[in-house]
Amino acid sequence: MENLVTVYFFGKKYQVPESLTIMEAMEYAGYQLVRGCGCRNGFCGACATIYRIAGDRTLKTCLACSTKVEDNMYVATLPFFPLVKAVYDIEKVKPTEQIMMQLYPEIYACIGCNACTNACTQGLNVMQYIAYAQRGEYEKCAEESFDCVMCGVCSARCPAEISHPQVAMLARRLNGKYLAPHCDHLDERIAEINGGKYELLLEDLMGKPISEMQELYNNREIEK
Amino acid sequence: MYFDPIMQESIKKVEAAREANIRMDPRRMTAEEKDVLLKTYHPDYKTAEFTELKMGPNKGGKVPVELAELLQGNPRITPEQVDLTKPDYDVDVLIIGGGGAGASAAIEAHQNGANVMIVTKLRIGDANTMMAEGGIQAADKPGDSPAQHYLDAFGGGHFAAQKDLLYKLVNDAPEAIRWLSELGVEFDKAPDGTMITTHGGGTSRKRMHAAKDYSGAEIMRTLRDEVLNRQIPVVDFTSVIELIKDESGCCAGAVLQNMETKELLVAKAKTVIMATGGAGRLHYQGFPTSNHYGATADGLVLAYRAGARLLYPETLQYHPTGAAFPAQIYGALVTEKVRSVGAMLVNANGEVFMNPLETRDVSAASIIRECTDRGNGVPTPEGFGIWLDTPMIEIKNGTGTIEKRIPAMMRMFAKHGIDIRKEPILIYPTLHYQNGGLKITDDGQTDIENLYAAGEVVGGIHGRNRLMGNSLLDIIVFGRNAGRHASQKAKEVSVGQLTLDHLNAFNQERANAGITTDTLSPRLLPDYTRRRNTL
Repeated sequence: MENLVTVYFFGKKYQVPESLTIMEAMEYAGYQLVRGCGCRNGFCGACATIYRIAGDRTLKTCLACSTKVEDNMYVATLPFFPLVKAVYDIEKVKPTEQIMMQLYPEIYACIGCNACTNACTQGLNVMQYIAYAQRGEYEKCAEESFDCVMCGVCSARCPAEISHPQVAMLARRLNGKYLAPHCDHLDERIAEINGGKYELLLEDLMGKPISEMQELYNNREIEK
Repeated sequence: MYFDPIMQESIKKVEAAREANIRMDPRRMTAEEKDVLLKTYHPDYKTAEFTELKMGPNKGGKVPVELAELLQGNPRITPEQVDLTKPDYDVDVLIIGGGGAGASAAIEAHQNGANVMIVTKLRIGDANTMMAEGGIQAADKPGDSPAQHYLDAFGGGHFAAQKDLLYKLVNDAPEAIRWLSELGVEFDKAPDGTMITTHGGGTSRKRMHAAKDYSGAEIMRTLRDEVLNRQIPVVDFTSVIELIKDESGCCAGAVLQNMETKELLVAKAKTVIMATGGAGRLHYQGFPTSNHYGATADGLVLAYRAGARLLYPETLQYHPTGAAFPAQIYGALVTEKVRSVGAMLVNANGEVFMNPLETRDVSAASIIRECTDRGNGVPTPEGFGIWLDTPMIEIKNGTGTIEKRIPAMMRMFAKHGIDIRKEPILIYPTLHYQNGGLKITDDGQTDIENLYAAGEVVGGIHGRNRLMGNSLLDIIVFGRNAGRHASQKAKEVSVGQLTLDHLNAFNQERANAGITTDTLSPRLLPDYTRRRNTL
């Protein structure tokens, strides 16, 4: 029999096997999850969770799908957080400092407490990427924030009421669209396709009998 | 750190052989070898796990037993329970599903001037798209061509793909990449703008574009942001439990159910796009899955019940490298990109037993053979695993490569105390993708007039096996395609009187076929609870 630990979901006590994640432990306890459960593997940010171990004053944050239960863990899930999402037209915005001032002016009220960074479930340097956003350094903001899953825990802890994940989302789109180097070979290939360059080649392949396609496939050269 | 003594012993063998293994270039299997391997070890060939459908458009065809149970299952409502005369929503284009295909379709339909609505049973972005790690294919480099891409995909799919769909997939691929770039998706690029591309299993050219190993997440969050910027309504935590037709038999909306309050709602629409994704959470043959929580084949069930044919519903993809250890991430995806950037598959004795970049079905079958008949697997709490020797990546490509190219994998294992830069990881096949699905024409329409489909719910684009990077591609190409065609069609549709008569016909056919199970379908969500004595 596997060792059991004691956990408290929203203050209520349950005994669960120690190998389970917080999410699995909730299900073990009988919760049929609807909210607070998405990809179950650390990519979607649906299962932001706050917990405290009895006797420890530190309030910790995590994703329930990728964190193991601990003995005497008090758990509260945060399946939704009302982030501010500014609406904009990606074709009309420009990667200037002004755009952040217009859309997310609250970032300039950051008091430098670093609570966001301490809370990040992905271990990102959130305060740093907000600093880059303040200065209009969107490429750096994009890189620093890249692994963000937009769970919203940073914003829940922020005294300046910043919606960090949405700020980073804007910075990444500005960077991807306007600042990253342009890809010429992509344009050239699309022009070739639009000019009909591959139509005959493709139609020829579509018309071949299976035996000939097998021959072509099995003997095709594979780039090293 | 591994604490299990058997694992520790095996790692010593892997480490001792690493230098020699790195220098190996294992030959590819011949067509005959692959054929025998698949028939002997691939789960799709376990005949006892499949059953013949007794009713519906695919009557007589084989599907997994778990899917048959739902396709022939009991509807959640009777027509009398729903008042169709006062729709709660009335739109041009109703999109069912909030993943990459649904979001792409919504953006294009909106661009085309349609009044669009997305309904999704979880949140927009809770989808397999979000979890796709490795990349997206497009033949956009000199030395490659859409024809080469076609050949790779057609052969990799066992020459079974629907040709007109595959044509569209490869020919529209570069444009799909440009569309994403212009929306702001950050692809990995060299300083001069050249795309950084790698191989995937079964590709003959390096055409895998990526955004580190968050490729799908980067695409999905950008599409979601664009949907929100366009202020397209997203009705979340609301499932579709039945399609609605009009008296002429055209699809004309859906019965919705609030997942929390259970309230029933009616959505009327001129055209409907089914973009509900896959079925990993049905856990075919008891496999773990890399899929998101809502992947329960709902779209197949709803459309089948309304009269749409399925293509290749008996072919599933088991991703060769699901995490086999530790238990907390059992079945989670370990991206193929780990092999693209240099890790090899190594058995318990430290031996390289195959080329790491065979197609997924072949790789999965080969790993299953190694862990069963050959007895070369490493015992784990859930069964067996094979080593994916990740430290090779930095020996080949330099220190820092793992953090730069596959940071999500590094983080996933680090959370459980394993440093993939220094230690290999244990993998075993995991249920990953539904190769088959709804049959569509090249404008995205199913057998049912005004019901379109896009994304993993569609069958035929990839044949009987899909190459890495062709699914992120297909959700974009066919999502946009469906959005354009469905919104165009909506301009000429005038919806007649709404009806659920097809449910009565389905129930009658069900009774005639002697099916009496009380399984409710669609499934909507898996049940992982361990409840006893509940009401």
